[in-house]
Amino acid sequence: MSTPSKPETRAISVDYLARVEGEGNLKARVRDGKVEIVEFGIFEPPRFYEAFMRGRRFGDAPDITARICGICPIAYQMSSAHAMESIFGVKMEGALRDLRRLIYCGEWIESHVLHAFMLHLPDFLGYQSAIHMAADHRDAVEKALKLKKVGNDIVTLLGGREIHPINVKVGGWYKVPAKKDLEALVPDLEWALDAATWAVEFTAGLPFPEIEQDFEYVSVSHPDEYPFNEGRLVSNKGIDVPVSGWNDVFEEVHVARSNALQSKVRERGSYHCGPLARYTLNFEKLSPRVQQAASKAGLGPTCFNPFQSIVVRCLETLHSVEEALRLIEAYQAPARPDVPFEVKAGEGHGASEAPRGMLYHRYRLDDEGYILDAQICPPTAQSQMSIEDDLRRVLEASLDLPDDELQWRLEQTVRNYDPCISCATHFLKVEIDRG
Amino acid sequence: MSKPKLGVFKFASCDGCQLSLLDCEDELLTVAGAIQIAFFPEASREYVEGPYDLTLVEGSITTPHDLEAIKEIRAQSKFLVTIGACATAGGIQALRNWKDVTEFTRYVYAHPEYISTLETSTPVADHVAVDFELRGCPINKWQLVEVVNAFLHNRKPNIPTYSVCVECKRRGTACVMVAQGIPCLGPVTQAGCGALCPAYNRGCYGCFGPMESPNVPSLGEWWRSLGVDDRDLVNALRGFNAYAEPFREASDVYAQQA
Repeated sequence: MSTPSKPETRAISVDYLARVEGEGNLKARVRDGKVEIVEFGIFEPPRFYEAFMRGRRFGDAPDITARICGICPIAYQMSSAHAMESIFGVKMEGALRDLRRLIYCGEWIESHVLHAFMLHLPDFLGYQSAIHMAADHRDAVEKALKLKKVGNDIVTLLGGREIHPINVKVGGWYKVPAKKDLEALVPDLEWALDAATWAVEFTAGLPFPEIEQDFEYVSVSHPDEYPFNEGRLVSNKGIDVPVSGWNDVFEEVHVARSNALQSKVRERGSYHCGPLARYTLNFEKLSPRVQQAASKAGLGPTCFNPFQSIVVRCLETLHSVEEALRLIEAYQAPARPDVPFEVKAGEGHGASEAPRGMLYHRYRLDDEGYILDAQICPPTAQSQMSIEDDLRRVLEASLDLPDDELQWRLEQTVRNYDPCISCATHFLKVEIDRG
Repeated sequence: MSKPKLGVFKFASCDGCQLSLLDCEDELLTVAGAIQIAFFPEASREYVEGPYDLTLVEGSITTPHDLEAIKEIRAQSKFLVTIGACATAGGIQALRNWKDVTEFTRYVYAHPEYISTLETSTPVADHVAVDFELRGCPINKWQLVEVVNAFLHNRKPNIPTYSVCVECKRRGTACVMVAQGIPCLGPVTQAGCGALCPAYNRGCYGCFGPMESPNVPSLGEWWRSLGVDDRDLVNALRGFNAYAEPFREASDVYAQQA
């Protein structure tokens, strides 16, 4: 795929980026040792969710927007439900709130382990896929698959099925589990505590290129908890606003040259959402066990090397397992599965932490609860500009690699982000002007 | 004997149906032992050229590029199976089929001139011959394993075409529409999910598409008698399988009356 077109020019083109969710491509051109073009493009066809949500009832939003992404449907259900609930003045509290956190733990576990072991680890060990890798590392692949399944089991128990679960609704749940249903998960979760600790140690031993990036990290931040569903939007460069302030600090731009709608910090530029951002901005909210595992893995309270995101995903997996056990222990089935409310007109905002980063939803409703206006900003669209900045710096630092290794390194750089391209409804194919 | 070659392709979709394959945590390595995963970009960098013995196609056809690509994939495939509501019915994105796609483009994108899209989102079978359609939004992973297994043993997949009601009876779930007055699409929807929604005290929303020979107008009258207005009835039928013929035709009738 990569061919030197002139002795002094290197053109790298990956037409169909593998081991990511959705359809993307990657193009770079280097002339006389200088990086001229680096572009991460998306040719995922547009599906126009925001357009066809208009005229639907508020209650359709969790079910319909879940279909934006098969890997992180819970994130869409959470952000949309919270946005609607903010309009009706509904607050998730007690057991209903805990169950929302619990189902998110399940999604983080399954998505993080899927990404870390099935999609990302093969890059570090030099395999085309986890299935190829299983020939030499069968135990590790089997253990990871079992860990992933523990996450899926939580989602299935609470949501009915692992992909596009059916139990979350605006106002709470259709049905809540009995305590003993949740307790059935405990033995596997206890096994998963050890397995996730092993995953942190295993990935911490991988070779990482020594690259530190000056990211602006953005995540949801809660005063007492590592973030899932609630909190303010904060960054390491001074952003600190309520979720309803998303459009005040960020903007979506349709850049003609790169032909994609990207999010940026107003009057500043790229920012980065995801595990590294959450970790760096919320380290002190992690439990002693997770902090200790991080320290054993050689990580401090911040991490700016995108290649180490694989370790941070495993740390967040450990956090999710521990949190799931805590939530199950504290659980008492609530008297009713939902909070009653009256439908009214208004505008609502929701931001929650999808496994791959902050997901923002905004809706405006009429007085019967029909959607007038919708805005959905998925994490990969928010990080896209940062991915391109990152690719440029990795490319500049890796020019001594032969073409095939360089191509793989750039692919790996994109996979560091666990990009969810189907999510990024705003992404388009990149057309390069070659002059 | 060499192992049959599997190709997995996607068009407009959420990736959830092909993810079902990776969600077969206990079976994945066994399946990989029986089949050569020749093209499956979500899982592997490896690209083995066609022809493919078994091809799974996810997603609906929505762009001029995809219209050409599906023909090429058909030419490279011995047995082509479409998986999921997008590939078998056009998916939720088929809601554009009732609207002006230019207006949609302007609503979402600042520079609509960069968008290359068709007026409609359509199922794969509208464009090429399909050997088997596996329904669901998402598909049921056990049904996918059954389809792959049936292919390996050269037999017809055992996938029922009766309604969700049968699954409720089998599961022992009391009818939510009769007992609780909750509007439910189960009587016109194909089984396959295991009658999940009624088991969680909500009505079926039709994610496996129309059953064989459904009586949608009769169910529509039931919904009306439960107090559902025609606008909501149209929305219910125009879900993940909106463009499947029985749902589409009935929704058009109610839309005129709404």
